Amino acid sequence: MSGLPNSIRFPAKAGIQSVVTLALVLAAPLAIPATAQDRLPPAPYAYQQLKDPAQEARAKALMEELRCLVCQGQSIADSDAPLAGDMRHEVRSKIAAGESPAEIKTWLVARYGNWVSYDPPFDGATALLWLGPLLFLALGGWLAFGRFRRGANDDEGGEA
Amino acid sequence: MKNRWVLFVPLAIMGLLFGAFIYRLMTPPDTLIQSQWIDKPMPLFDLPPATAGVAGLKSSQLADGRPRLVNVFASWCIPCRAEAPQLEALKAAGVPIDGIAIRDRPEDVAMFLREYGNPFDRIGADMQSSVQIALGSSGVPETFLIDGKGIIREQIQGVILADQVPEIVAKLEAMK
Amino acid sequence: MIAELGLALLWIAAALACLSLVAGTLFLRGGSKDLAALVRPASVAQGVLTAAAFGLLIALFVRSDMSVELVARNSNSLKPMIFKVAGTWGNHEGSMLLWLMILSLSGGLIAIFEKRLREDTLVATLAAQAALSLGFFAFLLFSSNPFKRLPVAPPDGQGLNPLLQDIGLAFHPPTLYVGYVGLSVAFSFAVGALITREIGPAFARAMRPWVLGSWIFLTLGITAGSYWAYYELGWGGWWFWDPVENVSLIPWLAGAALLHSVAVTATRNALRAWTVMLAVIGFSMSMVGTFIVRSGLLTSVHSFAVDPERGTFLLALMAIYIGGALTLFALRAGSVAEGKKFALLSREGSLVINNLLLTTILALVLLGTLYPIVAEAMGEKISVGPPYYNKVAGPLALILCLVMVAGPLLSWRKDDGKRLWSRLPLAIFAGAVVLFGLVLFGGKVGILPLLGMTVAGVVAVASLAPLWGRNLRRTPLPTWGMVTAHFGVAVCLAGMGAESAFIKERLVAAAPGDVVKVGDFAVKFVGVKPVAGPNYTAIEGTLVATTSSGGSFTMRPEARTFPGLMGTAPTETNEAALLTRPGGQLYAVLGQPVTSDDGSADRYQIRLWWKPLVWWIWLGGALIAVGASLSLLGRAQLLNIWRARRSRKSQERFAP
Repeated sequence: MSGLPNSIRFPAKAGIQSVVTLALVLAAPLAIPATAQDRLPPAPYAYQQLKDPAQEARAKALMEELRCLVCQGQSIADSDAPLAGDMRHEVRSKIAAGESPAEIKTWLVARYGNWVSYDPPFDGATALLWLGPLLFLALGGWLAFGRFRRGANDDEGGEA
Repeated sequence: MKNRWVLFVPLAIMGLLFGAFIYRLMTPPDTLIQSQWIDKPMPLFDLPPATAGVAGLKSSQLADGRPRLVNVFASWCIPCRAEAPQLEALKAAGVPIDGIAIRDRPEDVAMFLREYGNPFDRIGADMQSSVQIALGSSGVPETFLIDGKGIIREQIQGVILADQVPEIVAKLEAMK
Repeated sequence: MIAELGLALLWIAAALACLSLVAGTLFLRGGSKDLAALVRPASVAQGVLTAAAFGLLIALFVRSDMSVELVARNSNSLKPMIFKVAGTWGNHEGSMLLWLMILSLSGGLIAIFEKRLREDTLVATLAAQAALSLGFFAFLLFSSNPFKRLPVAPPDGQGLNPLLQDIGLAFHPPTLYVGYVGLSVAFSFAVGALITREIGPAFARAMRPWVLGSWIFLTLGITAGSYWAYYELGWGGWWFWDPVENVSLIPWLAGAALLHSVAVTATRNALRAWTVMLAVIGFSMSMVGTFIVRSGLLTSVHSFAVDPERGTFLLALMAIYIGGALTLFALRAGSVAEGKKFALLSREGSLVINNLLLTTILALVLLGTLYPIVAEAMGEKISVGPPYYNKVAGPLALILCLVMVAGPLLSWRKDDGKRLWSRLPLAIFAGAVVLFGLVLFGGKVGILPLLGMTVAGVVAVASLAPLWGRNLRRTPLPTWGMVTAHFGVAVCLAGMGAESAFIKERLVAAAPGDVVKVGDFAVKFVGVKPVAGPNYTAIEGTLVATTSSGGSFTMRPEARTFPGLMGTAPTETNEAALLTRPGGQLYAVLGQPVTSDDGSADRYQIRLWWKPLVWWIWLGGALIAVGASLSLLGRAQLLNIWRARRSRKSQERFAP
């Protein structure tokens, strides 16, 4: 178990997300955001778009794929947590400086691991995740198609 | 019927599912995101002073041959206050400590240092968490153990507890 | 006294469940007919008593009886009445009692209304339902007693969390619960039918209305939850593929598969073993979902205190029920004949493909939701989110929609490809128009939204095809239901595609008087003023949106601050302002004040989105629910029962 000091390490202004996801199944006792908030204004690119629409679109797509470190249940694109704002600033600044989304993602994964991306890579640990649905479909298809009536002359003899 | 084994497939899948549930109930999720930037050189940065009277922090200053701690903190972070005595104890044990203040205003940092003491040799102001992100740090407080060549050797997430102090001193000693 | 009475009622109801189970089991093992006669009344009485216990719990919340621990922890005398009532199920114990009440009431309703099944199958079904409720009675009475008294009553309760005081949040969980637990009836029918080996059209027809009914509630619950997240979160997202959302989607997918396969079993006496298995899977997934959320197994760790004892109890219960039912299935289903065979190109064939795709999507959502646990066991921390589901589930869902185009146009047993083809030109034409329109005039559209809107065009036209050339007045209600629901899928899909493809976003720091362009709107930021709500203070922004055609609309987004309670920090929320237009919605959020370089703070962060056709998503969801309701009305033959009763009454009136 993580100790208490750890679990309240960072203010969770994004508590509202937990409320919402909660609402989807049950209402339950909630942790109200319990720590203080910093008083700095958001980083310039946290709430400001890039001038070039093509660059902004690339940044937006990447931000939607990156997981917020503080709120954990949201992408940095839809979080009000300060660290998510700072990460948006980081992403937009790097895009503006000419880096490609793939480079930025690699840079972040080198620091936070694959956890930071909602798009898991294909590797040994995730092979089952990516191939599982295909296997399921193949097995199911094989079973289902084995039971269809073969040939037009086969009459309703399946009652046996 | 020839394919009788197929009928047990749902049961087997359920078994796997329950295996995962039991595993999770026995080992609760670890919600901390550890930095993967370990055994790597300190990222390059040059942070201005976080408050008047204490020097700012440059990454090149961290490779002066003396193993040290870099403490990522903030004045608005309540657990950081609880960590202050342990940092003081580390400093008293001769450990050099540098600080990185996250999203902080100079007057707030000054107030924090007045109230809870100043164990830091230098404090860089990381106004947009960019150094924090470059370190793979996901919250405050966090402490990084740096060897004499400026390589990050370990990350401690959360408050340093009193009984961790001798352990940290020993680890830094071993890096010399 | 109320609390003690409630607890006593629960114990009596539990005893009745026990009675149903024992009497039912003995009867099925060859006991006397008198034993069977006990089961129906016991099930009805159990339902009534559990409902009464739940009523008493509501009464305790209404009276703010702080001597009861649950009330003291979760309510407060100052809360508005509606939230006092909703507080009853806004906590672990109360929601479990609600769960149990629905379970028991369902058993009672089967006992009263089900007349078509063979006596022994009905008894087995009721005994299975009693067995289900018995486990949850044990859970409630031994580890989560809602009526527990405190030794000393506190002056007032602790439950004033402002974030929970929302109408959407108050009535959302019960809606989903009805859907979740309604599937228990299908589960019990399946177990009953496996025990007596009566698996055929009668069993399928008995089960069908229950499946439809639960599925309606699941559809409504998920649709409403999505809209609620959309307006409440302040970022305009309508689906996050969050684990908690996923576990509500999984039973819905199982229900969708089941109500299609049950149609095959009821009409053609085919797919019998498969239908039984899906019926088991449906409620199993409801229990798994509840367990995942209840035990704090995934992400929502911040909100739930993980209680290992309760988690273990629930897991053990689930293992017994799901494991037991699936074992019974594995042992018995082999002796269940497959039923009548059919060609691939037939109504049944298309429904088999529908089921295959729906269960694959179900499996992949479950896999994606739980995979982080598996990966962690292998030593890697990963996140599975929207990119994964879009890539894997997206294409499958589109193929599923294409199967939906063909299915209703095929005849049972066997059909011929040319005949199907001859019915499709108009639908294909519609799809082609959408596709070419988007490619020529749509600009850069992602592949998934592009295909989504194209398929939506095809489905929209094809879904109406079963009505062509028919006498609409004589068309049976279930056909209307199917057409409406399938059309709803097209509407929903079009909304999703258009929103993802053509969304316009503007994030600005605006000073009063500034005009921001977004989509076809020019939005003028007029200014802000403070307002005070019942338990919060807020900054209210005034925005005036004008269209190029001269329309002018005022929007008032708010940034609310709820004071911290009992030493906690204040909570801030954004109340988005929504402007609904025929072509979509304008979504406005007022953010933080922005300090200018000169130190003055007159500018505000404003987030604006133009979301084309976004409301079609929920309209589609509502249409699906309406379609299912029409189908239910037709299937449950409520109209027939009502007519029969009326004619009997009128006969009685004229009787001498």
